[in-house]
Amino acid sequence: MKLDSMYQEVILDHYKHPHGRGLRDGDAEVHHVNPTCGDEITLRVRYEGDTIRDVSYEGQGCSISQASASVLNDLLVGKELSEARKIQESFLELMQSRGRLEPDDTMEDLLEDAVAFAGVSKYPARVKCALLSWMAWKDATAQAFGEAEAATQALGDPPTKETTP
Amino acid sequence: MTASPQLSGLLDTDAIRKDFPILDRLVHEEHKLVYLDNAATSQKPTQVLDALSGYYERHNANVHRGVHVLAEEATALYEGARDKVAAFINAPSRDEVIFTKNASESLNLVANMLGWADEPYRVERDTEIVITEMEHHSNIVPWQLLSQRTGAKLKWFGLTDDGRLDLTGTEQLITEKTKVVSLTLVSNIMGTFNPIESIVRRAQEVGALVVIDASQAAPHMALDVQALQADFVAFTGHKMCGPTGIGVLWGRQELLNDLPPFLGGGEMIETVTMNSSTYAPAPHKFEAGTPPIAQAVGLGAAVDYLTAIGMDRIQEHEHALTEYAVGRLQDIPGLRIIGPPTAEDRGATISFTLGDIHPHDVGQVLDEQGVAVRVGHHCARPVCLRYGIPATTRASFYLYSTPAEVDALADGLEHVRNFFA
Ligand SMILES: Cc1ncc(COP(=O)(O)O)c(C=O)c1O
Repeated sequence: MKLDSMYQEVILDHYKHPHGRGLRDGDAEVHHVNPTCGDEITLRVRYEGDTIRDVSYEGQGCSISQASASVLNDLLVGKELSEARKIQESFLELMQSRGRLEPDDTMEDLLEDAVAFAGVSKYPARVKCALLSWMAWKDATAQAFGEAEAATQALGDPPTKETTP
Repeated sequence: MTASPQLSGLLDTDAIRKDFPILDRLVHEEHKLVYLDNAATSQKPTQVLDALSGYYERHNANVHRGVHVLAEEATALYEGARDKVAAFINAPSRDEVIFTKNASESLNLVANMLGWADEPYRVERDTEIVITEMEHHSNIVPWQLLSQRTGAKLKWFGLTDDGRLDLTGTEQLITEKTKVVSLTLVSNIMGTFNPIESIVRRAQEVGALVVIDASQAAPHMALDVQALQADFVAFTGHKMCGPTGIGVLWGRQELLNDLPPFLGGGEMIETVTMNSSTYAPAPHKFEAGTPPIAQAVGLGAAVDYLTAIGMDRIQEHEHALTEYAVGRLQDIPGLRIIGPPTAEDRGATISFTLGDIHPHDVGQVLDEQGVAVRVGHHCARPVCLRYGIPATTRASFYLYSTPAEVDALADGLEHVRNFFA
């Protein structure tokens, strides 16, 4: 059945047993919503220098958005910011591939459990769910890293609250 | 799976479904389509599709502005559709029927008329607007905009735990300051039929105008604007077997004469000089520019189609289905209906939650079995907030829906439960 390509065992596991859920101390907090379906996430990041010490989150939403936040926590905590950015960009590329991208070894190494979301990219309505926490993380990171960056963003292109892939 | 029961009051759906070719479609290769998203938009019978293509194939021209044969035919068809709609809603006059592009435009049109109006209709600082917590966003946002622009205060009726309007305090809510009360006749998320008589009476007492959003009523029951005693009634064509791109605003003649136009352009004028213009009488005063001609013709055909079957018969059919559906759904462990828990005073639109499985997941797994439902907040987010839920799954039935489709939904939901168990 086609559904199994979306609801991979890994995804259902993360959904039923989310990793790192709950809000803990952080340097910045953001709240993102997916306006079409009402999925919501509040996410905090804590950095020590360039190292991600914690990504904590609380939210409500479908299995895809919840599992994706759990995978994000697994993947990013402990990473250097530059590495984390690479992972985020790779995940974004996978999710925007409309099911046409076959993850290669490099991508699999980089994304680990997150490659399970490849099937979700075939369902345009669900891509936003998968990206919700990743966009929130990106936004929170921008905020955590200094007034300078945040200020230029506020002047130019303010970060949107709505997650659009 | 057991054979579906014989319910009394049902229409001959075998015959009706022949008019809707799309209902024979297979989805995901092997599953028969079970279309339960009628509150979002209905399917269209061949009679309507033929009217659309027939119009374009034989009569297409712009309306009200030519002397040639096609222009006259197109005008006659467009104005003929207005006659049909007027009869369908028992309007005292055809000139009270304004064609718009959808219900949202109809409601925005009223809000803007009232913002620009002279006394006594003008909505301004120190006046009040009253809506309800169960409105579609299309009947919330235009009033929020009007309130923000004029300084008028926006107030609303709350909801009871079982999905009905809480009418206690009507007197305090609708006061001498109230200029307009705008509410839905049937909830698009919970299916609730609203008892509007007491609200209309109170509005009349204080001299407030009443706007009724009949988007979820017009497709499913006989609509009589005179019996409603409202001042404006809005609805949308695509939910009642008509095409998209056509909506209706009915308004009392006297108001349409007095209130100012909103959009300016061709069609809505009498004479134009570089300094000023005078306006055509209603309805044209409110129909600037080339209207959705084919779509109006299509809506006329839809009205003919529904009338031939009979709106009372359609309501009876849907009531029987609702009774059956409510019963079957309530047998599903963990399922909670959001809205009236029985078939009493409600339509065939049923929202629910299923344990803590998110509606998105419910909808996806149902879709895989061919069952099309809507998930989310259904453009009525305040209702979800009121009941403390992020979203619902909504199944909505229509004249071609069958008990077997109710069964498909119920069986599908069992499958969803197992999938996420
Ligand atoms: C109660 C109600 N009002 C207004 C609307 C808006 O209709 P439309 O989107 O066609 O303008 C809808 C449907 O979406 C509705 O259900």
